[in-house]
Amino acid sequence: MNAVTRSIAYIVLAPILGGLLAGLDRIITARMQGRYGPPVLQPFYDVLKLFEKENLMVNRFHGYYLVCYLAFLIASGALFFFGEDLLMVIFVFILADIFLVVAAYSTNSPYSFIGATRELLQMLAAEPMLLISAVSLYMVTGSFEVAGIAGSGKILILYLPGVFLGLVYVLTIKLRKSPFDLSTSHHAHQELVKGLTTEFAGPSLALVEIAHWYETVLLLGIVYLFFSFNPAVGVAAALLTYFAEILIDNTNARFKWQLTLKSAWLATVALGGVNLIVMYFIFVR
Amino acid sequence: MSLIIFLILFPLLPAIALLLFKSDVMRKVIVVVSVGMIAAGSISLAVAYINAGPVYFNVSPFASKLVTGGEIALALTFLFVCRTLPFRRYWIPLLVVVQYGAVIWFDATGRIPEVMDCLFIDNLSIIMCLIIGIVGGLITLYTVGYMRRYHEEHPGIPDRTNRFLAAIFLFFFAMYGIIFSNSLAWIYFFWEITTLCSFIMIGYSRTEEAVRNSFLALWMLLLGGLAFAGAILCAATWCGTIELARLLTTGGALVMLPVVLICFAGMNKAAQFPFSGWLLGAMVAPTPSSALLHSSTMVKAGVYICIRCAPVLHGTAAGHIVALLGGLTFLAGSAIAISQSDAKRVLAYSTVGNLGLIVLCAGVGSHLALWGAVLLVIFHALSKALMFLCVGTVDQQIGSRDIEDMRGLISRMPWVTIMMLVGMAGMFLAPFGMLISKWAVMEALAGKNPVLTLMVIFGGSLMLFFWSKWMGVLVGVDGRESSVEKNIGIAEWSTLSTLAALTVVVCALFPLIGIYLIEPMYGSDPLLSRGHILMLSILMGMIMLLPLGFIVHRKRLHYVEPYLGGANVASPHRFMGSLGKDREWSLGSYYLAGFFGEAKILAPANIAAIALMAVMLLIPVL
Repeated sequence: MNAVTRSIAYIVLAPILGGLLAGLDRIITARMQGRYGPPVLQPFYDVLKLFEKENLMVNRFHGYYLVCYLAFLIASGALFFFGEDLLMVIFVFILADIFLVVAAYSTNSPYSFIGATRELLQMLAAEPMLLISAVSLYMVTGSFEVAGIAGSGKILILYLPGVFLGLVYVLTIKLRKSPFDLSTSHHAHQELVKGLTTEFAGPSLALVEIAHWYETVLLLGIVYLFFSFNPAVGVAAALLTYFAEILIDNTNARFKWQLTLKSAWLATVALGGVNLIVMYFIFVR
Repeated sequence: MSLIIFLILFPLLPAIALLLFKSDVMRKVIVVVSVGMIAAGSISLAVAYINAGPVYFNVSPFASKLVTGGEIALALTFLFVCRTLPFRRYWIPLLVVVQYGAVIWFDATGRIPEVMDCLFIDNLSIIMCLIIGIVGGLITLYTVGYMRRYHEEHPGIPDRTNRFLAAIFLFFFAMYGIIFSNSLAWIYFFWEITTLCSFIMIGYSRTEEAVRNSFLALWMLLLGGLAFAGAILCAATWCGTIELARLLTTGGALVMLPVVLICFAGMNKAAQFPFSGWLLGAMVAPTPSSALLHSSTMVKAGVYICIRCAPVLHGTAAGHIVALLGGLTFLAGSAIAISQSDAKRVLAYSTVGNLGLIVLCAGVGSHLALWGAVLLVIFHALSKALMFLCVGTVDQQIGSRDIEDMRGLISRMPWVTIMMLVGMAGMFLAPFGMLISKWAVMEALAGKNPVLTLMVIFGGSLMLFFWSKWMGVLVGVDGRESSVEKNIGIAEWSTLSTLAALTVVVCALFPLIGIYLIEPMYGSDPLLSRGHILMLSILMGMIMLLPLGFIVHRKRLHYVEPYLGGANVASPHRFMGSLGKDREWSLGSYYLAGFFGEAKILAPANIAAIALMAVMLLIPVL
């Protein structure tokens, strides 16, 4: 598959894949909680229904910011699957996330405001580890290009176990799974109304859901890179990681932001930073 | 050569003219005409010498005599301004006496070697010259309108606008002198003039705080001057030359000490820790002077000289320490910025942090890192000038520069807010300038130095937090107050919109800047490969299309009020409290003072920086 096909495949298939993952997530979560759970296609039904609802707006801006959020998220994923520079992919990913935060801020509603600020705190907690992953992948493969990293043929996980664990730690933050679902959560019992998304309704909320599917696939794509020496192993590892996230989600209560920030940075330095420095002595010295 | 001499000397003319003619009309005419001449001069100089490589100019020895005379006059001026100080602060004039005494004595006894090629120009000078001429010029235009309002609002402060503007033009003189001089003695002379200019500007209002901060700036900056004087003496004694270019190409252990001293002076001027105090204190001055100090002059002279020294620092222990100092400043400056609610202090700490990143690049000194450094200088100048001038305008319109008071500014001052958002996006978001630069820096550091990489990554995340938090405050559509965007003068509008346009256009044109200005200096950069440019252009295009979305009129929208726990009352800003009374609600941002407050970070950062500086100065001695 060449780069352009891969990008187009991402744009077309990622929401389907992401939606299915979300459906599986709900079934597995239900089974863990001793319930039967919804059908696997339920996330699609939900989104279709949201599109039929009325678009309630607090002001005329936030719906538009959400469109930008989705657009730049797709752009960053497309760049990733095109095989572009991993740092740039992460920067565009951050840009997309900023649009989500700005959308929530612009509603000027107390609940959205708290959600948006917490989303920023989550970004502050998670961003360093994402960038360290890119830098350490570069250190081992000599390339910032996703294509170069995936095509290196090295068993990257053996060189970067610490970075991988650190990445899994912040993946929980990026996927907004408990205990790091501070900004908005699907566990109603620990949520302030609906956090970040309080004021998004109907089609706007549907955009956020679809964006989340794209986001999940992109993040699992980064996980895949560590196992890219063998595509089958890579896909299996990505799915297993997602299962681990679901398990963590269902066995933890929400942390406070202080603990989130401290623990994430500790994990970043202790796992990612140390691994990076060790790699420096192996590869550069 | 005549163009260079014109650019250096011409600003003195309006400076003197402004002191002589004080009417409003004359002031406007003088400023507009001279700014036009300076900008035109800068651009034609750039066109004439672009990619000519370093060109050296022989200046008659008489000019050097003039500079020596100027140094004596400057020393006397410094002593004169110190006359009001109490006796227990005797060490401030002592700093002046020691450094000038040593330099003038060395000169008089003929121990300073003659310099033939006193002036030179290369691409780095051209870039700096364009920044000074264009960004500095725009700020000067803005100043005229700003100062009129400033004095209307502060009737207690005597109107000395012309002296302020004269100081700005003196700044142009000094900055052009610094970037075109090849003789250390000349640079030193111009270097100290910038110190004098900032002293005048900071103390402008003559309030107690202003005077205190102006003397704080004076002694801190004089320390840098002392280091520079030391560099001249060392270079003259051990290296036998005080020509910058020869010094930097000589190499060897003997060059290290003068170069490290010059870097010390540069970091001091660039307000790196532990010298950040003077730049923060400078916030008492009228806002245009902050814009000038932060974007196109003063601190940029500091990083300019560090970038010049980079080839010598590359790969040395001293270079590593310089890079660490820069990294520390980037990290600590960005962290403290989170805890600040005064807009100007946030901008000041972000300047300190960004300059730290530039110093870090200079310390690393590899070609890729210098690429990043030069890009940072360019983009930072534009975005920071825009931000300061926007904050100044907002301050004059709403009477506060506290970020909390800017809540919902997008509905009160839509155009100014959009320009602020452009400035902020320019500071930290893809695909704008500062982010491209940071990208270049990270690619330069990755695989070279993991510790510096970690510093850049964490500092960048902290920066992301405080900028987006501020953005969030601006974009919240509050609707409590009506528009207050009138009364902004034409000079202010045109400056703001030109700077905003430049912030975007220069980003779009950055490949050209790279190819024509930076590549000849530092070789080609993988970032400029065609695939990357295509990707950046697509992203840039997406960003450019953003405003269209607001024009598209959409039907079927149903407007509602924000959710207030189902307890909304008639107004969207009030809710029914639990005691059955309706109450107003309000929002406040997080400042995380417990994590990132000045009280937590400033002292350890300063101590660490002092220790690093001591090591840096000791390395060449040992």
